[in-house]
Amino acid sequence: MRETTGSKVFRVIVIVVLGVYSLFPIYVMVTSALKPLRDVQEDFTWWPSQLTIQPFIEMWSTVPLAEYFLNSVIVSTSATVLSVVVAIFASFAVSRYRFRGRSAFTTTVLATQMFPGILFLLPLYLIFVNIDHTFGVQLDGTRTGLIITYLTFSLPFAIWMLAGYLDNIPRELDEAARMDGASAIGTLFRVILPVAKPGVAAVAVYCFMTSWGEVLFASVLTTQSSRTLAIGLGEYATENNVYWNQIMAASLIVSVPVVVGFLILQRTFVAGLAAGSVK
Amino acid sequence: MAVPTATASHKPGMIRPGVPLQRFRHRSGWWVPYAFLIPAVLFELLVQIVPILVGIWMSTVKLTEYFIADWQAAPFAGIDNYKVSLDFHGAVGASLLNSFAISCAYAVLVVGFSWILGMAGATALQRSFRGRSLIRTVFLVPYAIPVYAGIIAWKFILQKDTGALNHLLGDNLHLFASSDKPFWLIGGNAFVSIVLVATWPMWPFAFLMLMAGLQSIPEELYEASLVDGARPFRQWRSITLPMLEPVNRVLVLVMFLWVFNDFNTPFILFGGAEPPSADLISFHIYSSSFVTLNFGLGSAMSVLLVLFLLLVTGTYLLILSRRSRHA
Repeated sequence: MRETTGSKVFRVIVIVVLGVYSLFPIYVMVTSALKPLRDVQEDFTWWPSQLTIQPFIEMWSTVPLAEYFLNSVIVSTSATVLSVVVAIFASFAVSRYRFRGRSAFTTTVLATQMFPGILFLLPLYLIFVNIDHTFGVQLDGTRTGLIITYLTFSLPFAIWMLAGYLDNIPRELDEAARMDGASAIGTLFRVILPVAKPGVAAVAVYCFMTSWGEVLFASVLTTQSSRTLAIGLGEYATENNVYWNQIMAASLIVSVPVVVGFLILQRTFVAGLAAGSVK
Repeated sequence: MAVPTATASHKPGMIRPGVPLQRFRHRSGWWVPYAFLIPAVLFELLVQIVPILVGIWMSTVKLTEYFIADWQAAPFAGIDNYKVSLDFHGAVGASLLNSFAISCAYAVLVVGFSWILGMAGATALQRSFRGRSLIRTVFLVPYAIPVYAGIIAWKFILQKDTGALNHLLGDNLHLFASSDKPFWLIGGNAFVSIVLVATWPMWPFAFLMLMAGLQSIPEELYEASLVDGARPFRQWRSITLPMLEPVNRVLVLVMFLWVFNDFNTPFILFGGAEPPSADLISFHIYSSSFVTLNFGLGSAMSVLLVLFLLLVTGTYLLILSRRSRHA
C-alpha cells in the first residue's frame, strides 16, 4: 500500500509534537539532576554549568530515601503478588463458570471504580483503627495495611483484564484436562496459567504501577516508619530551600524500576488491553 | 501476537465463549466458582464496600473534630450536611458549586485533549515504518512514569523564576520581558497549568487503548477503500473512527471518571494550597474534611459527587445503547 505525501507530513508533525511534549519533562529531569544546587536556584539553564553527580549522592542523606524506597518496594511487590493471585482465581471463576451472582459480582467490582477515594479514605482509616483495638492486628500506619489497600485497588481492573484474556483461551483445553481427571485447581494451574502467562504479566505490571504511584491513601495510612516514596519525595522541599536538583535525581531513580518494567512488557500490556476491550 | 488462540475459538464446530458449559455438569460442585471468588470478595468488602457504606453513613451525622475520637457516637444530622452543601447562597454551597464547575471544565478539557492526542498518535503509528517501536516507547514514557514523579517535574518546569517554561517563553522566545515572568501555579494561569500537567500522563493511556483497538481492524478494509479511491482522511473517517467506536465508548467514560476524581495532580502540583482557579472537587472535599475537620460535611459532598457521576454514567450508557439500537 503506497503512502500519500499528506499522511507522511501528518505523521512527522504528530511525532514531533507528541515527542517533544512527552520528553520535555524528562529532559528537564535528567539535566537538572546533573546540576549543582546554585544552578537550580537561579534562572533555568538548558545545560548544567558544571556536570555533577553530587545530587545522586546527596539525595540519600537529605531525606531517608533508602528507607522510603524499601517501603515502596515491599508494599508494591507484596500487593502485586497477592493481587495477581486473587485476580487469577476470580477471573477464572468469571470466565469459566456461569453461576448465580456472577454479573452482580462483576458489576459491583467495576462500580467501586466510580467512588472517589476521598469518600472512603477516612472510613477505611477508622476501620483499621477499630480492627487494631478489637483484634490487636495493627493495620493503620503499617505496611500491611497499605498492602491490603493497594492490592484491592488493583483488583477491579486486574480481574476485568484477565477475564478478557482467559475468554480467548479455548475451552477445549480445560475440557481435555477435565477428561483426564484434573480438578478445577489443577486445570487452572497446569493448563490455563501456562497459556495465560503474558496476560498475567501485564496485570502484574499494572498492579505494581498502581501501588508504586498511589498518593492519597499513602498520605493518611502511613507513619514515618512506613512512609513510601510517593509521600517521601515531598520532603526535599524544606522551609528555606528547595533542592530541585536532588528532587529530580530522586524522581529519576524512583521512576526507573516501573518505566523499565513497563516498557519491557508493553507489547503484552497492549495485547491484554486489546483482549479486554474488544469484548 | 500474544493472543495465539484468539481466532481458534471461532472455528465452526468448536465451543464458543459465553456458552454455559459447566452449568449443572457437576451439581455437587456448585460452590467451586464461589470458592474462587472468596478472596476477592473479602478484600473488596474490607477495603472498598464497607468503607463506602460507612462513608455514606458519615454523611448523615455531625462528625466534627469533637467526635472523631468516638466517631460512632456522633449525633445524627439527617440531611443537614446535604442542605449545607447544596445551599448555593451560603459560603459552603457556593464554593462547592464553583469547584464543581471548574472540575467539569477540567474534565472535559483533559479528556478531550487526551483523546485527540491519543488518536493522532495511534493513527500516525498505525502503518509500520522504521523506528516505529522506538517512537511508541517514547510516547508511553509519560504513562509509565510514577504519577507523582511526573507532576513534580512539571512543578519545577512551572516555577516562576527557576522554571524551564518561563525561560523558554521569556528568555528564548522573548514573548515577554525576562523581568516580567508570569506565575504559572498561582492565579488564573494555574488552570492552564493543571490541564497541561494532567493531560501529560493521560493521553498515552488513550493512545494505548486506541492502538490496541486499531490492531483489530482488518487491513483489507483499507485496501478495498483504496481501490475505491479513498484518501487517507476519508479512510480515517469512514473506517478507523467507526471501527474504534466500541473502544471509544469505554475509553471516554473511564477517562472522564478518573479525571473528575483526580486528586494527585492538584495535591502535588500545588502542595496543599490550591489557587481558586484550579479548585478541583476532590481536593476541595479533602480540604473541607481534613483542614476544617468537618468529616460529615465532606462525606455528604463525596456522596453528591458519586450521585453526579452515576447520573452522567447512566445517561451516557443510555444514549449509547439507544443510538446503537437505531443504527
